[in-house]
Amino acid sequence: MAIFSIQRFNPEKDNVPCFKDYELNVPEGATVLDCLNLIKWTQDGTLTHRMSCRSAICGSCAVRVNGHPKLACKTQAADEIIGGRMKIEPIGNAKVLKDLVVDLELFYSKFQKVKPWLITEGSGVTGQGSENNKERRQSPEDFHRIDAASTCIMCACCVSDCNSWAANEKFLGPAALAKAQRFVDDSRDVGTLKRIKDLSEANGIWDCTHCGECVERCPAEVKPMDRIISLRTTSLKIGIWNNNGARHVRGFVDFIYKSGRLNENILPVKSMGIFNIPGLLSLIPVGIRMFLKGKNPPIIHRHIDEMDDVRRIFRKFKQKT
Amino acid sequence: MKYAFYTGCVAKGAGRELYSSSVAVAKRLGIELHELTNVSCCGAGVISEKDPLLSDTLNARTFAIAEELNLGIMNICGTCQGVMVKAQKGIDGDTKRKDNINEILKDGGHRYKGKVKIKHLLHILIEDFGLDKLKTFVKKPLRGLKAAPFYGCYLLRPSVYSNFSSPDRTTALEDLITVLGGEPVNYEGKSKCCGFPIVMMNKESSLAMSGISLKEAKEKDADCLVTPCPLCHLNLDSYQPEIDKIVQTKLNLPILHLPQLVGIALGIDPKELGMNKHIVSTEMLLK
Ligand code: FES
Repeated sequence: MAIFSIQRFNPEKDNVPCFKDYELNVPEGATVLDCLNLIKWTQDGTLTHRMSCRSAICGSCAVRVNGHPKLACKTQAADEIIGGRMKIEPIGNAKVLKDLVVDLELFYSKFQKVKPWLITEGSGVTGQGSENNKERRQSPEDFHRIDAASTCIMCACCVSDCNSWAANEKFLGPAALAKAQRFVDDSRDVGTLKRIKDLSEANGIWDCTHCGECVERCPAEVKPMDRIISLRTTSLKIGIWNNNGARHVRGFVDFIYKSGRLNENILPVKSMGIFNIPGLLSLIPVGIRMFLKGKNPPIIHRHIDEMDDVRRIFRKFKQKT
Repeated sequence: MKYAFYTGCVAKGAGRELYSSSVAVAKRLGIELHELTNVSCCGAGVISEKDPLLSDTLNARTFAIAEELNLGIMNICGTCQGVMVKAQKGIDGDTKRKDNINEILKDGGHRYKGKVKIKHLLHILIEDFGLDKLKTFVKKPLRGLKAAPFYGCYLLRPSVYSNFSSPDRTTALEDLITVLGGEPVNYEGKSKCCGFPIVMMNKESSLAMSGISLKEAKEKDADCLVTPCPLCHLNLDSYQPEIDKIVQTKLNLPILHLPQLVGIALGIDPKELGMNKHIVSTEMLLK
C-alpha cells in the first residue's frame, strides 16, 4: 500500500492547484503510469493525464515524480515510493491545462524557430518545393554525429527542469537546441552558416547555463546540454564573434594561455567587448562594490609556476591567440 | 590526512576569503595541504567549448602532478570538482584519448596514469574526515542558525560525474550543517542553478535564476545560505543588490562559503575566515 499525492487542478473550478492523496495497492512490477491508470479507473475517473504508447516512445506521459520529470510509463513505481509515499505533479515550465496535462504550445513553437528540416540545394528555407528529390546518402560516421539528438521523443522532460527557461521563457531551450544540432551537423544540410548565426543571437546557444538538468532528466540519449556545447564549438570554429558568449570563451582561453589562470579584472571587459558601452557601464556598480570590500582580484596578475609547460600544450593545439 | 590542494582561480582572485577560510579550517582539523602552484585553471567548462581535448589535457596535467606527489586532489570549488571529474571519466574511459594526451604531456615530463582521487572539501569532511570526528572539534555550535544549503550544479549534475551516489536525494550539506549545530533549511532552490555561467551573456536571466532561489530561502526564514562553489557565491553575494531589484525584495541574505560556516563553528577568528569580505554583511551571523 502506498499513498500517491497527486496535484489536481480544474481550471473551471479551482483558482490554484492542490494535492489529493490516493491510497493504492501497487501491483508488483507496476510502472507509475500503471498506478495513475489504476487510480483513474478504480478510484477517481476525473483524474486527467496523458499517455499513448506505454513504451517510452511517444513522449506523452511525462510527469514530475517526487520533484523531477520522468516518463510515467518507463518508471518503476517501487523505485519512487519513499517512506510509503509518491508525489506526482505536472512537468514544470509549462502552463497546466488540467491536473497532469500541460500546454505544450510554447514548447513546440521553439522547434519551429530552429527550422527542423533539411535545407538542401534548391529546397530553400521553407522545407517545401525541393526540385531535386534525389536520395541523399550519409556515411555511418556522419550519421553518428546526429545520432544522439535523433533519439529525442519530444517529451519536454528537459525543458521541465531547465533553469534558464524558468528565468526566461524566450530561451530556445534544450529540446529545440538539441534538434538544431541534429541539423547543423547533418552532412546533407547546406544551411549551417545561417543556422549557427541565428542560434548565436540572444536567447540561443549562449543562454544555456550548464546546469545539467536536461542531461539528467532526458529519458532518451539526447544529452541536450552536450548538444548545445557542440553548437557553441561549431559557432566558435566558424568564427561568429559578435556576441558576449563567444568573446567570453576567447578571452578566457587567452588568459589561460597567458598566465594559466583567470584574470577576473579584465575578463568581464573582454566578454562585454570594448566597444559595448552599455555593457561596460553595467559592470561598474558591481566592480566598485567589490573593490570597496577588498574583493577585487590583485591588480598585478601573477602567472602560475611552470607556465612554459602550459603554453607548450596550448601551442600543440595551435591555440595561440 | 594529506591532499594536493587545488585552489582554483576564484579563491586566488575575487573570492580570496574562500582560500583563507579553507586553509584555516584544514589547519584546525589537522588536514595537511600541499598547495599546487604549478597547475592551470580547470577550464570551467569554457575551454572545453573551444577544444575538448585541450581542456582534458590541461586537467590530465594537473592529475599527473598530484599523482607524482602520491596525493589525492582536494578542490574547494564545486565547478572545478565537476569539471575535473568529467575530464577524468572521459580520459579513463577512452584509452586512445589517454594515450594521445600522455603523448602531449610527455615533453613536459608528466604522465597521467589514471588513478588520482578527486574530492571536494565537502566530500573530504564527510567521507574521509568523518562527521562524528568533526563534531568533536565544534567549539561554537551554530545554535539553531537557519542555514540554507546551496549545492551548485557541478557537484550534482550530470549525476554520472558526481561523487554523490544519488545527487537528487543527497543530504551532504544538510548533514554538515546539522553537525555544526545549525538548522538546515529545506527548500527546492538548494539544487537549482545560480545562473553565474551566463551573467556576461544574459545578466537579467542569470540574476533572475539566483533570485528565484534566494527569495525562496528567505521565505523559508533562512538566516544565511552556504555554498561549496565560489562561482555561485559571486552571483548570490556580489550581485545581490541587483537581484533585490529583480525580485523586488530587500533580501539581505548573507552567503557563506562552505569552509566559512565550518570555521565559525570551530571557533576560528572571523577575520581569518574573511567574513568581512562580503557584499552582504555577515555581521548578524557572528553575534
Ligand atoms: S506513454 Fe508514450 S512515452 Fe510514456
